[in-house]
Amino acid sequence: MKLPNFEYAAPSSLAEAVALLASGGGEAKPIAGGQSLVPMLAFRLAAPTLLVDLRRIPDLDRISVTAGGVRLGAMVRWRDITDDPRLTTAHPLLKSAVAHVAHYQVRNRGTVGGSLAHADPAAELPAIALTCEADIAAAGPSGTRGIAAADFFLGALTTALAPDEIIIEVRLPPWPPARRWGFEEFARRRGDFAMAGAALFYDEDASGKATNAHVGVLGVGDRPLRLAEVEAVLNGHVIDETTIARAQKAASASVEPADDIHASAAYRRALVGTMVERALGSACTRARASHAGPV
Amino acid sequence: MPVRFEVNGKNVEVEVEPRLTLADCLRHNLRLTGTHVGCEHGVCGACTVIVDGAAVRACLMLAVQAENTKVVTVEGLSRDDGLTPLQASFRKHHALQCGFCTPGMITTAHALLSEEPDADAERVREVLSGNLCRCTGYVSIVEAVLDARAAYRKREGTAP
Repeated sequence: MKLPNFEYAAPSSLAEAVALLASGGGEAKPIAGGQSLVPMLAFRLAAPTLLVDLRRIPDLDRISVTAGGVRLGAMVRWRDITDDPRLTTAHPLLKSAVAHVAHYQVRNRGTVGGSLAHADPAAELPAIALTCEADIAAAGPSGTRGIAAADFFLGALTTALAPDEIIIEVRLPPWPPARRWGFEEFARRRGDFAMAGAALFYDEDASGKATNAHVGVLGVGDRPLRLAEVEAVLNGHVIDETTIARAQKAASASVEPADDIHASAAYRRALVGTMVERALGSACTRARASHAGPV
Repeated sequence: MPVRFEVNGKNVEVEVEPRLTLADCLRHNLRLTGTHVGCEHGVCGACTVIVDGAAVRACLMLAVQAENTKVVTVEGLSRDDGLTPLQASFRKHHALQCGFCTPGMITTAHALLSEEPDADAERVREVLSGNLCRCTGYVSIVEAVLDARAAYRKREGTAP
């Protein structure tokens, strides 16, 4: 369907963009790549009176990698992440997850800030932000504030952002080189939103037992979820077949997915367990490969 | 509002409503009807055009967002004196039947091979997964794209 009518502005500063949004009385929306918002407009799921395009605002498209972690500017596109060689070691979980985002053409325009603000419950970046305890920086009329990912996603397509706030950056904590991680999702067709997925990591203590386990899942609730029950199963244990089987069971038991046209609740519940099992399996496979050293 | 950009090497200026998509602007204002509009919500890939070197869905981009960009449509990937290597490869491999998806397939494949002339079959399939074709079953399209790689290696991926 053709898009509903709206006014359009492309300011060249963040302050101007915030002022324009504030002037919209809650009916204005920022647009970045438009890969979520334009379909929403086409379906009349959104009908803002004003779109504020962020394309001219400088410095929002930077990826910075420092000892303090990885910072992704709001206008960083998926392809910028998959093309950045630094992220292979600086944040392999992020890079692996982003490779699953949508299709080639969408990855050329879709942005970090857009995905977080859209907050699809099955999207990859919200799940990574939650799992990694990322901080989301947003600019508003009274300045910039950081919002913990755990407080940011409030429900399907609903976030803690005020109508006059703009995401400027997401900050991911540092990634130790020895960290074990896995990302898995399952969709019927490549590039579709997943019916369920898992993003997880853990560190290992001197005896090879998992510590600091973080387990996030997507597509099985109204927002991405951390599964404390699964983390408790992993922490203090060697990640072997027995632990993985327990984690799989705990994952399925700790979610309450709903039935929808894509999958039944029972299917999603089983699938999320399988995703956790596979993600832990790939974490272990990589661990064995790195212990074995170069061949 | 007025918007200026380059299409297939020519500067254009059009007067558009902000809600007009780039796909509709190309078809209706600029009469470049090679860009096809299928689903209008970013699923089918028929409207794929190349903006500043990157394949994008023209139905998910506003015409006003194209300001100061260089847009290449399927019309820009042809020449008067015969078939381009990519077109010839599509013909040779019977990579189209009804032809509706073909402009999107050609623009996507051109963008891919320009950047990655050594893309393997898995990569080509992964990239083309964003373009729906209801006729061919994809096998012939993948073969055509793979077979066209040699031309892009020779030209270092610049010309169509």
